[in-house]
Amino acid sequence: MVFKKFVEVGRVVLITYGEDAGKLAVVVDIVDHNRVLIDGPTTGVTRQSISFKRLSLTPLVVKIPALIGSKALSAVVAEEDIVGKFGQTAWAKKIQIRKTRAELSDFNRFQLMVAKKERRAIVGKEFAKLRTAYLKSGK
Amino acid sequence: MSRFHEYQVIGRHSPTEKEPTPRLYRMRIFAPNEVVAKSRFWYFLKKAHKVKKASGEIVSVNEIFEKKPLTPNNYGIWIRYDSRSGTHNMYKEYRELTRNDAVFACYQDMAARHRARFRSIHILKVEIIKDEDVRRPYIKQLLDKSLKFPLPHRVVRPSSKKYVQTFVAARPNTFV
Repeated sequence: MVFKKFVEVGRVVLITYGEDAGKLAVVVDIVDHNRVLIDGPTTGVTRQSISFKRLSLTPLVVKIPALIGSKALSAVVAEEDIVGKFGQTAWAKKIQIRKTRAELSDFNRFQLMVAKKERRAIVGKEFAKLRTAYLKSGK
Repeated sequence: MSRFHEYQVIGRHSPTEKEPTPRLYRMRIFAPNEVVAKSRFWYFLKKAHKVKKASGEIVSVNEIFEKKPLTPNNYGIWIRYDSRSGTHNMYKEYRELTRNDAVFACYQDMAARHRARFRSIHILKVEIIKDEDVRRPYIKQLLDKSLKFPLPHRVVRPSSKKYVQTFVAARPNTFV
C-alpha cells in the first residue's frame, strides 16, 4: 500500500467528531504520536490540540511554516482557496448529498419518488425491448 | 486534560515570641485543587523543616497559569517514587502543551508502567528541554523539522452515539 496522505505541517484535515465536526482545519504543528495542533481561523475552529481519532486527513496540503500565526494562516487559506478546492472533491460532494437528503421536506421526498418512478419507467421500457429481442433471437 | 493545576503555596511557622517574623517558604505544587495543594505543601514542608500544619500558617495560594498554552514543548520531569520494594529516582520526558498536561501524563504513565499512585510520587522538577538535549528516542523522533508520517490503520469513529451500529452491511475499510 502506498500512503498518499500524511500527517504533516500544512495538511488540511476534516474534523469528524466533537462540536467542530464537519469543519476543515489545518495542521499547524505535531504534538506527539497521537495528537496534532490544528487551527481553522476561516472555518471557525479555534487553535487546539486534537487527537487523530477525531480527524480525517484530506488530500490537500498547504505550504506553511510550523506554528504559523492565525492571521497569516487565514491569509494563506484564503489565497489557496482551500475550502473551495475541498468543496470540488468527490468526498465533499458526497457529504453535501447526504446533507441534502437529510433535509428533504415531505414534498421534496414526493418529487424524488415521482422522479425515480419516471426513470424506472424509461429504463424498464428499454429493458423490455432488449428482452423481447433476445428471446426472439434465442429461440 | 488539565486534571492538575499548578499552585504557588507560601507558608511559614506561626509567629512566636522567640521568632516574631518567621521565614517564608514557597513551593510550586501540582494538585487537582487548592485543598490538595495546601495539604501537599504541609506534607513536603514537614519533611524539610520543623513546622507542621498545626504550628504554621499558609500565607498565600495562587494558581500559576501557562504563559503559552498553544505551543508544544518537550518537558523533562524528575521524579522520586516509592515502589513496592524501595524508593527510586526517575527522569521522564513528555511532549505536551502545558506543564500541567506534562505532569498529568507523568502520573498516568507512572500508574500504568509502575502501578505507582499519586501518594507515592514526588515531582522534583519539571523543565522545558531544548530539542538538542532530549534524551529519550520516542521524543527525539518527533523533533524532526519536516516530520511527516501516514496513519496506516484508520478506525473511523462515528460522529455521534446515534450512528453507532451493532451490525454493518460491509466490512470497514481501514486504509485512510
